[in-house]
Amino acid sequence: MIQEEEILRELKSKFIFLENRMRISRQRRIFLEVEYSNFPALFDYAVKVLGFSMLCAITGLDEGETLGFIYHLAKDSGITLNIKTALPKEKPLINSVINYFPCAEVYERELADLFGAQVEGMPAGNRYPLTDDWPENEFPMRKDWLSPQAQKGQVDKNA
Amino acid sequence: MHNSGEFKLPFGPQHPALKEPEGFSVALKGEKILGVDIRLGYNHRGIEKACEERTYIQDIYLIERICGICSHAHSSCFVQAVEEIAGIETPKRALFIRTLIGELERIHSHLLWLGVAGHEIGFDTLLMYSWRDREIVMDLLALLTGNRVHYAMNTIGGVRRDIKGQHRQKIQQAIGQLEERTKYYIDLVSNETTIIKRLSGVGVLSKEDALRLGAVGPTARASGVKRDIRCDDPYAAYGELSFEVVTDDRCDVYGRTVVRLKELMQSYAIVRQVLELMPQGPIAAKFGRKVPAGEAFSRYEAPRGEDVHYIKANGTDKPERVKVRAPTLANIQSVKQMLKDRYLADMPIVIAAIDPCFSCTDRTIALNYAHPAKKALLSWPQLHSFSIEWYKKQGIDFSKLNQSLRRTSD
Repeated sequence: MIQEEEILRELKSKFIFLENRMRISRQRRIFLEVEYSNFPALFDYAVKVLGFSMLCAITGLDEGETLGFIYHLAKDSGITLNIKTALPKEKPLINSVINYFPCAEVYERELADLFGAQVEGMPAGNRYPLTDDWPENEFPMRKDWLSPQAQKGQVDKNA
Repeated sequence: MHNSGEFKLPFGPQHPALKEPEGFSVALKGEKILGVDIRLGYNHRGIEKACEERTYIQDIYLIERICGICSHAHSSCFVQAVEEIAGIETPKRALFIRTLIGELERIHSHLLWLGVAGHEIGFDTLLMYSWRDREIVMDLLALLTGNRVHYAMNTIGGVRRDIKGQHRQKIQQAIGQLEERTKYYIDLVSNETTIIKRLSGVGVLSKEDALRLGAVGPTARASGVKRDIRCDDPYAAYGELSFEVVTDDRCDVYGRTVVRLKELMQSYAIVRQVLELMPQGPIAAKFGRKVPAGEAFSRYEAPRGEDVHYIKANGTDKPERVKVRAPTLANIQSVKQMLKDRYLADMPIVIAAIDPCFSCTDRTIALNYAHPAKKALLSWPQLHSFSIEWYKKQGIDFSKLNQSLRRTSD
């Protein structure tokens, strides 16, 4: 795990706010957490300097008061850097990363549709993955949104 | 619109040339594609949400149904993430069995693709041949797992069925036959002028574009991008196996065909190694229903490319969050680039060349005779004999050609 530790050291020396907020969960897996205000600079550094050239996915999380976002970056050596950030639910405004990764477009549309994230800099286009007539302000991946089966209490019966 | 000579053609979401619903709005000038606007989501079933409402064990079976063809890919990706969070040490034998099923799945998927590609370019003989040969691996999967597509082999902590002594010989025999057939297809694709001319220079995706757009799997590798999760971020038993990551510099549909065919040869080699190196021992470790709080990010090289799952556990028997990014979502971005400035007639094969998914799990064929009261169910061997007899009546005798194939299916 020499490479992983080197990445951690480099990040720590560059960004003081990462102190005690990074961990290597296992070989080739780095998880870290940042405030959103620090996110753009860190993301830029990870992609341009550390060479994390792939964006595998962006995970949205409903954490109660906040919406969490995990950017799963990877490099050719197989190491993945999972950068987690969060924003208050009232104003979950994130900047689009399509300038770094054009493939982020669908991932960000998914965050907007399923979690209600607001994405600045997203180009005009079709929504994904919900239907065009999906009711406004209903975000199915938020915890307070229940599927019709769960509303009827039918899910646990099968357990 | 008429003045500029441009018009927009809606293509899908339901269209005979598409195997699954996807909406394409194609801007055309004459026969030339100026740009494509893609609308996805018609198949969105809310599986991630449904996973949060169910237990980990139930989720394995739900996750497996994300895709009929890559079912083992998804369930493996899911269980290895859960095992990581729960700190379960999966027995080595289970990891080898997972690898074996994963490679057999890749073989059936690539052979399926070869048939679809043949069909899309009007070469239906290739479809018939490759799908007939694919039955060898489908029968093998049914023998080992009990089913043709949804194998249900994985469980948290290992696998559910062992590979027995009598299976080894069947696997070796089937792999031998498939290898012979694949050599024939490689020879066919290398020498058949129709295929070479029809596929070369079609659906071009340069290496730079493949990297920029985040293409994965054979689509990326056929553009010279040497990326394969089995090699870069080894999981299951891949760290102990040796194989080659196949790439090609042609950057077109022809290259994608070559890559998949050569990958088949690699898969046969992997299956043989798995049989040779598979250790004895238990096939599953114990798993309690609850998983301690934690998170894991799991990657898997599915037949179509990198499949990723992120799992967050909260200490209960249900996951807090399950995130899935299937390979087709990563590759669909490249399709826009591949279609730009190409001809409309190339669209079906270019879309098919990234190998989007569809399912087939029928085991019996129902024959409805013209007389409504007369119905019959045919098993596979009966259908096989029926077709041979039918062709004999037409004056074509396939019995000799099919003899070797029959030996395996019996």
